[in-house]
Amino acid sequence: MINLEIKKLNKHFGGVKAVDDCSFEIEKGSITALIGPNGAGKSTVFNLISGIIEADSGNIVFSDRDIVGLSPDKISNLGFSRIFQASSLFDNLTVENNLFLAFDNEDTKFWKNLLGFNKATKIKKEKVKEMLDLVDMEKFRKNPAGDLSFGQKRLIELIRAIINPHSILMLDEPVAGVSPRLREKISKILLKLKEEGETILLIEHDMDFTLNMADKVIVMEKGIVIAEGSPEHIKNNRKVLEAYLGE
Amino acid sequence: MFLAYLISILILAAIGIILAVSLQLTVGFTGLLNLGHLAFYAIGAYTSALLALAGYPFWFCILTAGVLAMFFGFLISLPINKIKKDYLALATMGFSFVVYAVLLNWTDLTNGPLGLAGIPRPQLFGFDFSQNSNFLLLVAIIALASYLIIKLITISPFGRVLESIRDNELAAKILGKNTFKMKMCAMGASAFFAGVAGSLYAYYITYLDPSSADIMQLIPFLAIVIIGGLGSLEGTVVAAIVLTFLPEPLRFIGFPSSIIGAARQVIYALFLLLILIFKPKGFYGKVKLE
Ligand SMILES: Nc1ncnc2c1ncn2[C@@H]1O[C@H](COP(=O)(O)OP(=O)(O)O)[C@@H](O)[C@H]1O
Ligand SMILES: [Mg+2]
Repeated sequence: MINLEIKKLNKHFGGVKAVDDCSFEIEKGSITALIGPNGAGKSTVFNLISGIIEADSGNIVFSDRDIVGLSPDKISNLGFSRIFQASSLFDNLTVENNLFLAFDNEDTKFWKNLLGFNKATKIKKEKVKEMLDLVDMEKFRKNPAGDLSFGQKRLIELIRAIINPHSILMLDEPVAGVSPRLREKISKILLKLKEEGETILLIEHDMDFTLNMADKVIVMEKGIVIAEGSPEHIKNNRKVLEAYLGE
Repeated sequence: MFLAYLISILILAAIGIILAVSLQLTVGFTGLLNLGHLAFYAIGAYTSALLALAGYPFWFCILTAGVLAMFFGFLISLPINKIKKDYLALATMGFSFVVYAVLLNWTDLTNGPLGLAGIPRPQLFGFDFSQNSNFLLLVAIIALASYLIIKLITISPFGRVLESIRDNELAAKILGKNTFKMKMCAMGASAFFAGVAGSLYAYYITYLDPSSADIMQLIPFLAIVIIGGLGSLEGTVVAAIVLTFLPEPLRFIGFPSSIIGAARQVIYALFLLLILIFKPKGFYGKVKLE
């Protein structure tokens, strides 16, 4: 079943065509990888889907609804969760509070919170513990997120995005720059999510990591989708090899 | 004699605490560089003074002062959805100038530069607050209540969202938070308490002129917020008290009043400089100045 459909999406920055007539589909319950050299337009596609930047033209259809033009928070609440390429934790908040923020939007109701009707429930606390245990970071619960190492930040961002209610999880280079051990850990988590039926859209620069993980691979170069298919198909695609070797 | 003097300083300190903690809510907790705080304060002061002069009771005047200031707080937040964070400082500063100009020039209402005189001291439940000692009690109670309410906001999950906006607004949006509404609430609540502080000031001083909206007067409060520590209400209270009392000894070693005002600015500036050098998080703050 198709969950998200990108149709003829365009976005330029000045003279740069960052995304050029892109079309692709994402199947429910699968891992779709978006790969391509630096500057190919992958993150821009993510930002278009999230509503952080607005498309010049084209449609993004999610569950029969065109979401182009909606604000990022509305899009998020429709069922999108993501991590950014660069760290986006709330540095002055504790690790735990970074996670508590992800559950729902009850915390944006002024009177409900002021009058004390929005206590952290047992379910939320247990979920936070479970997720922290998953990445072996329970003991950092009370630390300010800004004090974590690069790899630890990536893990917290990942579990924050997992907690944030969603039907599509979008990950922008979750393993870029992390140690091989951590890369292993993150790929295990992603495979576990896939088993649980999650729909994941993954940007990854690293071919090996992606090809092991993905059901479908979409290759972008200079804003254009140059190839699309199963990992086996992509591995042997001449255009793709050229795009990577030509870097 | 000394006691009377002490009481008058304590009253100003208490009003200063309300102003400073409510400013902290926007600047320190939400990351909004709100330079319009004294405009809300002046709106509250004039609203309250005009109503009091027209014979309305204290509770009505102070609440209306707060609510009207809050209304302007909401209003000024409307454009901040469109403009970038950096421009909020400009927008609120512009608002401050506009309010100042209106107070100065709408003479029919505000009596212009001559100001409003003879504002009656409040009466409540048969108590007469024309004596400063009684008035101090009233101000202290309201300051405490204001502090507690703002404390409650900041320690609640709602306050956590405000802090997330300060740290990374885009990430907060991506988690689904309506950050526009949140910032508007923060500005509104902050302006409400500024209006309340303005009302108390008008009742205390019994004479108001447009200088209460002078943006230069905001500098000590920004200093208090930074010295106390961004994101720390306790620090803000301590800083408000210390910085209110700090220039006072100058009076006793024979400085004339006219110099005290200038000396106060210098002391604040000096203090601020030392903080920026040695304690970039302020005394109690957890948020580093950027
Ligand atoms: N906000 C922006 N303003 C201007 N140019 C941008 C912006 N975002 C991306 N670009 C440009 O668009 C192109 C695609 O960038 P990006 O989507 O980040 O690539 P990728 O994620 O595939 O490495 C690059 O040439 C980049 O410089
Ligand atoms: Mg990128």
